[in-house]
Amino acid sequence: MELRSKVPAAPLERKWERHRTDIKLVNPANKLKYHIIVVGSGLAGASAAASLAELGYNVSCFCFQDSPRRAHSIAAQGGINAAKNYQNDGDSVFRLFYDTIKGGDFRAREANVYRLAEVSARIIDQCVAQGVPFAREYGGLLANRSFGGVQVSRTFYARGQTGQQLLLGAYQALARQIGSGKVTMFPRTEMLDVVVLDGQARGIVIRDLVSGKVTSYVADAVVLATGGYANVYYLSTNAKGCNVTAIWRAYKRGAALANPCFTQIHPTCIPPSGEHQSKLTLMSESLRNDGRIWVPKRKGDTRPPNEIPEDERDYYLERLYPSYGNLAPRDIASRRAKQVCDEGRGVGPGGNGVYLDFRDAIRRLGRRVIAERYGNLFEMYQRITGENPFEVPMRIYPAPHYTMGGLWVDYNLMSTIPGLYVIGEANFSDHGANRLGASALMQGLADGYFVLPYTIGDYLAQAKLSKVDVDHAAFRRTEAEVADRVTKLLSVNGRRSVDTFHRELGLLVWDRCGLSRNAQGLQGAIEKIRALREEFWTDVYVGGRGEDLNQALEHAGRVADFLEFAELMCHDALHREESCGCHFREEHQTPDGEPQRDDERFGYVAAWEFTGLGNTPTLYKEPLEFEAVQPAQRSYK
Amino acid sequence: MTQPIAVQAPSPDRPGFARSLIGTKVVMAVTGVILFLFVVGHLLGNLKLFEGPEKFNAYAEGLRTVGAPFFGRELLLWVARIVLLVALLAHIWAAVETARASWRARPIGYRRLEAVETTYAARTMRWGGVLILVYVTYHLLDFTFGRVNPSFIPGDVYHNVVASFRVWPVVVAYTAAMIVLGLHVYHGTWSALQTLGLNRPPTGRWRRGVAAAVALAIAGGYVAIPVAVLAGIVR
Amino acid sequence: MNVTLHVWRQASPRATGAFVRYEVPDVSPDMSFLEVLDVLNQQLISRREEPIAFDHDCREGICGACGMVINGRPHGPQRATTACQLHMRHFPDGVELWIEPWRARAFALIKDLVVDRSALDRIIQAGGFITERTGSAPEANSILVPKRDADLAMDAAACIGCGACVAACPNASAMLFVAAKASHLGLLPQGQPERNDRVMKLVAQMDAEGFGACTNHGECMAACPKDISIDFIARLNRDYLKATLAPRPQAKEFTGAA
Ligand SMILES: Cc1cc2nc3c(=O)[nH]c(=O)nc-3n(C[C@H](O)[C@H](O)[C@H](O)COP(=O)(O)OP(=O)(O)OC[C@H]3O[C@@H](n4cnc5c(N)ncnc54)[C@H](O)[C@@H]3O)c2cc1C
Ligand code: HEM
Ligand code: HEM
Ligand code: SF4
Ligand code: F3S
Ligand code: FES
Repeated sequence: MELRSKVPAAPLERKWERHRTDIKLVNPANKLKYHIIVVGSGLAGASAAASLAELGYNVSCFCFQDSPRRAHSIAAQGGINAAKNYQNDGDSVFRLFYDTIKGGDFRAREANVYRLAEVSARIIDQCVAQGVPFAREYGGLLANRSFGGVQVSRTFYARGQTGQQLLLGAYQALARQIGSGKVTMFPRTEMLDVVVLDGQARGIVIRDLVSGKVTSYVADAVVLATGGYANVYYLSTNAKGCNVTAIWRAYKRGAALANPCFTQIHPTCIPPSGEHQSKLTLMSESLRNDGRIWVPKRKGDTRPPNEIPEDERDYYLERLYPSYGNLAPRDIASRRAKQVCDEGRGVGPGGNGVYLDFRDAIRRLGRRVIAERYGNLFEMYQRITGENPFEVPMRIYPAPHYTMGGLWVDYNLMSTIPGLYVIGEANFSDHGANRLGASALMQGLADGYFVLPYTIGDYLAQAKLSKVDVDHAAFRRTEAEVADRVTKLLSVNGRRSVDTFHRELGLLVWDRCGLSRNAQGLQGAIEKIRALREEFWTDVYVGGRGEDLNQALEHAGRVADFLEFAELMCHDALHREESCGCHFREEHQTPDGEPQRDDERFGYVAAWEFTGLGNTPTLYKEPLEFEAVQPAQRSYK
Repeated sequence: MTQPIAVQAPSPDRPGFARSLIGTKVVMAVTGVILFLFVVGHLLGNLKLFEGPEKFNAYAEGLRTVGAPFFGRELLLWVARIVLLVALLAHIWAAVETARASWRARPIGYRRLEAVETTYAARTMRWGGVLILVYVTYHLLDFTFGRVNPSFIPGDVYHNVVASFRVWPVVVAYTAAMIVLGLHVYHGTWSALQTLGLNRPPTGRWRRGVAAAVALAIAGGYVAIPVAVLAGIVR
Repeated sequence: MNVTLHVWRQASPRATGAFVRYEVPDVSPDMSFLEVLDVLNQQLISRREEPIAFDHDCREGICGACGMVINGRPHGPQRATTACQLHMRHFPDGVELWIEPWRARAFALIKDLVVDRSALDRIIQAGGFITERTGSAPEANSILVPKRDADLAMDAAACIGCGACVAACPNASAMLFVAAKASHLGLLPQGQPERNDRVMKLVAQMDAEGFGACTNHGECMAACPKDISIDFIARLNRDYLKATLAPRPQAKEFTGAA
């Protein structure tokens, strides 16, 4: 296997245009003959499926929820970035590109990021035309807010429900194509394997979650838009169903998986309230625009927040990063929060929390303005904690949130398996070692609306695709393997529930491969994960039947994959002996506790190839050359 | 796999208005309003009872001779009657249509479904309607055909009314019926505004109050008559 | 606190269902309602019994997956709150809760508390969109949208498609869901060209799916986790009337016959 990024040879700002003119097109009549499978109906999947169908391709779209509209993208709150420079504050395609590269701590592919910034503006046009009710100013023009890690105001938003509104836009475009018969939608189905034939991705094997039937579908190309794997930590801000299964299956079929250890821990989440906690709730980062983060100066100060005088409060972000203050990037904000809590200055039950205080903002802007900006977030917080942020400061704590790692893709978004495309959070993405706020929605939609529809044609126009149907041996074999695995899960019939395994794994990777990591911890983790996997396959109890709606069985399959994936994640973290972005290796930090990058040794994308379970995977390096920017020590001070 | 959408939605030039449930509801609202107008007019007429036999009978006679000599006796009255009858039938048709649609829509009910927003009036619209129908039938037999009237004298409408309302069970029955009518009109008025899309915020709020006032006035006005007769105020 | 649950258990669409009584000891007031079901399911699993099937995903009140009737109230007693965001601190200790699935002919039951809501998807497929091909959009700020309209459209667009309105409606009517979508798109300038067609198609599909007739009870609004107002239903009725009365210009049709 070799990694060919296929980045076109042209000046940065002309690459995408050049590429679009160079790549092959499928003529309209032929498009009608091709069949494309899109797995996932989130921002990436829905936008891709709709756009491909509009072009004339026949599309089948799959998702595990009961409706494509429920894809996890729906939960995105804060907003979406675009280089529109409507605020006249000096934004530009280059600045968005630069902020993203820098935010990613120079571990992303320049060409992709630039393209992302380039198409960002059209995404807003597209969504507005679809009827996305973005926030407006009184004059009727679009409003913006600023977001962490940048100094311009380029984020578009729809109340606190930006992801929902963007997804509904894409979902409605998809629905239109379903209604017209160009897209066939398969909800309540889970993809459990990719079928690779003559080295090409030619279909998938799915399990119908209602009937339990395992069947396969043939296509000329397969697109994975299956989202992120933050649920490997069990407690995360992701929806309960988010999983690594789709990309992990592809990995085991030969697709390279890149930078799995780049996982983002979001600074502003509601702290867990107890054992029973089933997931963590994000409080949009946009709150950091007006909220001030602090902890008591004194250890174990148990006074109620409003009784702690100004001079006994430590606004540590403002103190440490004067120029960015509370808007410091996520990785920094999270790590610092953990630090002050480890120092014993954390607040709330168990001391795992810091204050996010709106007192001053309310004084400055008035209650109405704050309510207008964050009303529904405040309600959500009060609903969950029973505390009113207008009276007492919010308590927040970092939580796993987004995964920059994913399947390696080239400039065309194609994985190392020809015909297998990966878009959205599922690919190793344009965010390097850390994603800036409001950039994932941008990337998902850029991939789905404006990149994949072009690049997939280039493949279809040239690929030699033999005629096959589901009776082909390769399909039957894969189908059988999937079915066996299901029966195996059911037949272990041990003593421990799936959930207990997931929780144990989550705790383990959170400790060893979470906010900060070290060699020893990671080595230990790998051992423990293997042991836990052993135990899982000898002692798990799933229950129920395979030919039925069986949620425990669905969960079991996902946890089984997490148990394999977690090992690779730690392995990747162990191999990367530097600190960059979200990947903080305690051995590699500056005297003042900032991440210490090592561009000489690690200025590359780490893409791993599967070599059998338990064996160490093979590492392939995609070196990162920077023409337009010079990797600098990231500084937000 | 989701089945393809069930119907190819109608092309813009064939809306099938009355086929749709909203269309049916509009029919109900419009006919409801016609019936409502009659009830109001009828009440105003009936209140002349307090002005004594001559005036009231004259009014009754007047009803039959409106438009004379241009129109023949009772002609316009019949026109009005036909309009009313058609409206009533259409109203009932719509009521039955929507009721059946709703019953079909939930074959298996809940163990319990709590009422939060809705009113007693709204929940009793259907039965209330039927009771009104029963009432009207009795009422016609009483005053128009004189079948159940204690001492029916064709033409002496005043006498007929007083005769009937001297009997207290009749008065009780009428009062009950008027309460039913009041409830029906209460939800009816508000509901009709909503159905016809006239409930524009922020005015939507006080419309409930208006509906209540109207309903109260109608029920009250009507009840006043039998009670007055029984109390001997009108004799 | 201790909680007693009576949960509707039904193995399959055809099987006969019944309420089954469960005791859940030492529930924390900080638990969400779904977390109580989680805890109960763990107990069931340890007893080798079938866990209760219920739809859920985001657990943040935004995906619209969760939903069940709790003591006669879809999504439970707290206004503007989904079942996953309903917290136990709102219930007294020792409370007894009856849990039922959404009940409507259009929502066929799949298992336990899981129902098939694809009817709502088909309504959107029939016309709940603005016809716009990727790439054909004009510059976003070239069409101004008054803030009031944008805000009102957002109120309607907040619908999460959970189906609680249908579940709560004494007539099992989907008017609030349809009204929300029709209003969201109908309030924006981008939605005008298709406005009349859209409303008629949405309504036709709604009827075809077998939902009941709205008689303006307002229960839908009370149950709606996004507090969507029935003023939008009045708006839908108005739009539908307009759409049916509006003149429809007919261009010449070329049949191809010479
Ligand atoms: C709480 C929260 C808030 C966020 N806020 C923001 C924000 O403000 N701005 C921003 O830019 N980003 C935000 N993000 C990140 C962003 O929402 C996600 O990265 C992005 O939506 C991912 O979209 P996607 O289409 O790639 O995947 P998803 O939206 O997760 O969709 C995954 C799809 O794949 C399907 N799927 C998955 N596995 C399978 C399988 N095995 N078989 C079949 N189907 C499968 C699912 O059904 C689903 O349809 C937020 C994320 C979270 C968790
Ligand atoms: C005689 C038999 C009658 C029957 C069976 C009947 C039945 C109904 C029903 C079922 C409704 C629908 C409830 C709703 O929309 O919320 C209704 C509405 C209404 N009825 Fe009647 N009704 C009858 C008589 C009357 C009379 C005599 C009046 C006049 C006072 C009247 C006025 C109305 C009005 C105004 C509505 C509201 C229409 C709407 O909201 O769509 N009805 N009726
Ligand atoms: C106490 C209250 C009422 C009194 C005293 C009353 C009295 C009368 C009288 C005297 C007549 C005969 C008129 C005539 O033949 O010239 C009549 C007819 C009628 N009344 Fe009433 N009425 C009352 C309430 C109502 C109500 C509430 C309704 C309907 C909801 C109603 C519906 C009718 C109808 C339909 C007729 C027949 C009209 C016709 O001749 O075509 N009445 N009423
Ligand atoms: S209108 Fe409200 S209740 Fe109905 S589906 Fe939408 S969000 Fe749910
Ligand atoms: S409850 Fe039902 S009757 Fe109409 S107002 Fe709501 S849909
Ligand atoms: S689980 Fe998503 S809304 Fe309740």
